[in-house]
Amino acid sequence: MTNPIKDVAGADFILAIGTNTTESHPIIGLQVKKAVRGGSTLVVADPRKTEVAELAHTHLQIKSGSDIALLNGLAGVIISEGLYNKEFVKERTEDFEVFRAAVEKYTPEYVEELTGIPADKLREVARGYAGAENATILYTMGITQHICGTHNVFAVANLAMLCGHIGKPYSGVNPLRGQNNVQGACDMGALPAVLTGYQGVGLDDVRAKFASAWGLESLPAKPGLTVGEMLEGASRGQIKGMYIMGENPVLSDPDAGHVIHALEKLDFLVVQDIFLSETAQLADVVLPAASFAEKDGTFSNTERRVQRVRKAIEPVGEARPDWRIICDVATAMGYPMSYESPAEIMREIASLTPSYAGISYPRLEQGGIQWPCPTADHPGTPVLHVGKFSRGLGKFSPVEYVPPAELPDQQYPLVLSTGRRHFHYHTGTMTMRTGALEVHYGTEYLEINASDAAKMGLAEGDRVRVSSRRGSVELSARITDVVPEGLVFTSFHFPEVAINKLTNPARDGISKIPELKVCAVKVEKTA
Amino acid sequence: MAEVTLTINGRQVTVPQGSTVLEAAKKLDIFIPTLCYDPELTIDGSCRMCVVEIKGARALMISCATAATGGMVVETESPAVVEARKTILELLLANHPMDCLTCARSGDCRLQDYAYRYGVKEGGFKGAVHQYQIEDDNPFIVRDMNKCILCGKCVRACAQIQGKSVVDYSYRGFNTKVAPAMDTTLAGSDCVFCGNCVAVCPVGALQEKGLRAKARTWEVEKVRTTCPYCGTGCNFDLNVKDGKVVGVTSCDGDVNGRALCVKGRFGYGFIHHPDRLKKPLIKKDGRFVEASWEQAINLVAEKLGAIKSGFGPEALAVLSSARCTNEENYLFSKFTRAVLGTNNIDHCARL
Repeated sequence: MTNPIKDVAGADFILAIGTNTTESHPIIGLQVKKAVRGGSTLVVADPRKTEVAELAHTHLQIKSGSDIALLNGLAGVIISEGLYNKEFVKERTEDFEVFRAAVEKYTPEYVEELTGIPADKLREVARGYAGAENATILYTMGITQHICGTHNVFAVANLAMLCGHIGKPYSGVNPLRGQNNVQGACDMGALPAVLTGYQGVGLDDVRAKFASAWGLESLPAKPGLTVGEMLEGASRGQIKGMYIMGENPVLSDPDAGHVIHALEKLDFLVVQDIFLSETAQLADVVLPAASFAEKDGTFSNTERRVQRVRKAIEPVGEARPDWRIICDVATAMGYPMSYESPAEIMREIASLTPSYAGISYPRLEQGGIQWPCPTADHPGTPVLHVGKFSRGLGKFSPVEYVPPAELPDQQYPLVLSTGRRHFHYHTGTMTMRTGALEVHYGTEYLEINASDAAKMGLAEGDRVRVSSRRGSVELSARITDVVPEGLVFTSFHFPEVAINKLTNPARDGISKIPELKVCAVKVEKTA
Repeated sequence: MAEVTLTINGRQVTVPQGSTVLEAAKKLDIFIPTLCYDPELTIDGSCRMCVVEIKGARALMISCATAATGGMVVETESPAVVEARKTILELLLANHPMDCLTCARSGDCRLQDYAYRYGVKEGGFKGAVHQYQIEDDNPFIVRDMNKCILCGKCVRACAQIQGKSVVDYSYRGFNTKVAPAMDTTLAGSDCVFCGNCVAVCPVGALQEKGLRAKARTWEVEKVRTTCPYCGTGCNFDLNVKDGKVVGVTSCDGDVNGRALCVKGRFGYGFIHHPDRLKKPLIKKDGRFVEASWEQAINLVAEKLGAIKSGFGPEALAVLSSARCTNEENYLFSKFTRAVLGTNNIDHCARL
């Protein structure tokens, strides 16, 4: 997020696009509700009528995957009506003319064809966003999990820059991240092309700095593979061995059949986890890890706030904290690694990472710190891009609408979208074992619109088989107007409804994110 | 901002105009008992527990809803105040189960605290008492409306923090009861079980089911940490008894204040679930066999080393974890690059 979570409540206009905020981020949802209670305008763009969409003044129930058309359309109205922030565009951005030319053809009428949103409604929302004193944009995987996911994010950023709703409080471009430490895992360089703090592996001086700190002659310069590419490499026999820590790609990744095939083909798979997950079951060696309650450390949240995790109990059984296990494996491979504590590891991180340089355990005792925090006396940075973007001028990146990779046809006439439920989390390894959450919400169902259900003669609760070109699952139908005609939805939490057997592994060309939000399916009654 | 100076218990204090007497007293570290007051919620002024004597006022005034004014002279524990508070407590206790011996909120109950403070042993008034069924039909929250003192904090928390307004006052007079619409149970309502009502309840009317069944309030050690679920980064206290996590309670988190969602507050049961992996496992003939750490680590090192020397570092790949700590992700990146010699590291940021 460019802005802190608490800023959301202070925005006078919120555009929430592709985020089921109240279910997936309930506490951020509270900030949205607070803003609405205080008189702010809420616009939600989502193909589903989610709880937050019900709260909205305007629900833009767009066709799945038409986000760029919508966002370009909003920008087009704002430019043609002269409502954009001319001073901000002039002082802080570049390539505006290219952008203006690119969005020109996205007239409200053309956008209506692509998105299904009436032209007048688009105009109204565009005027609201541009005219607000402070407008914020929230988004999650509804924006990113598309073959044009990166371009969707560009389109969001273009709109914010156009109106100058960035680099100041209560505004910004705010992706709400889905996992406790997905921000931190990225910050720490658990990515194929960057080391900590997004320092590129392709840069000689960066590699030299890390090599020297790590006592090596050199480090590999060639960017590595993303998760999807690793699995493809494994299925082709190029990747022979994998070490997986705390991830469950068998349930979380698209086209689960292909993932299992790839992992089975490996010569050697080691999985380190707190449970024998679906992925761990395929491993040659399973290492028992400590849970968050059994170790010290830090998580970085979606607003870049680094916060302490504190050890409350001893690890269960013989489980060990992941950091100790990694040290042991490294040492056994001839590279001695030993640390007294996570605090010592953080000192090393800070010494190599400009954005974390001022962060230390003693400081974190006083509360979380939002990076960048370059020095020990720096207070942290709640709002990014104030006065200047990190690259200097904000660059407009014109993007074009492209349809999803797989559209419904005669054989597979419905669109399947996937996401989360309020009572569960990701692949369910934790939330199915709480003695509470799974008791309350124990079975998954398929959301289907009444008119589609009627065509198939489905009644509430009927068992159905949902199939795509890649696989099928069975579950019960729930007839609901949460989804419009032509769209069905379910979550990926339940192992017995492994919906990622069906999803499309087609990926965004830049970020390699799979298109989990759109694939073509058919629904059949099983009994 | 304009300020006013007043005198409380003989001590002068200056506060911004518009402050309440309660806030002014707080500035002097003078304690005034409250039941329905909460700094995050709108002022209800219903419990009357915070009454104080203000010179020149016709009656005792509630400090939570009385504006501090210049020259005001306040007594917070005068005989009249103490007598009023005792009477309020007696009235509340007249219709309250006196079961502190077995109540799981004992030790963390404002009614108990104030009864102790003012030496009120039992209700001086005898009359009808409620005989509500204890509501226990959901896995998260136990509601015992016999213990409810109608302070309305849960009603306001549900409306003002959670924005749901699932519960409100129903019925009238003696029969007044906090309930969801149509006096159904929480399980039968739109409740999302965030438990933010439990966090503000001053008595034992609302209790966390798991926590209160396992530990008395004084038996737990609280360890402040950060939630392991979504990316919001809520802080809470893990409640630990005998080396086990028995529950989660709110603290004042940087991001969330006291608010939590159902997963953060009630989703901790996985920590001690019997399915937890407790020993390293090595697969032999298609079946997992328990192994020592030494065996497992050596096997991993040997196999990864053999692939590296046989096929080169690029034949190895690592998935790090958005669930693990920064320190662990850093070390895993270091391991991948420095020990395996490849940049093939990624995690589920895209999923």
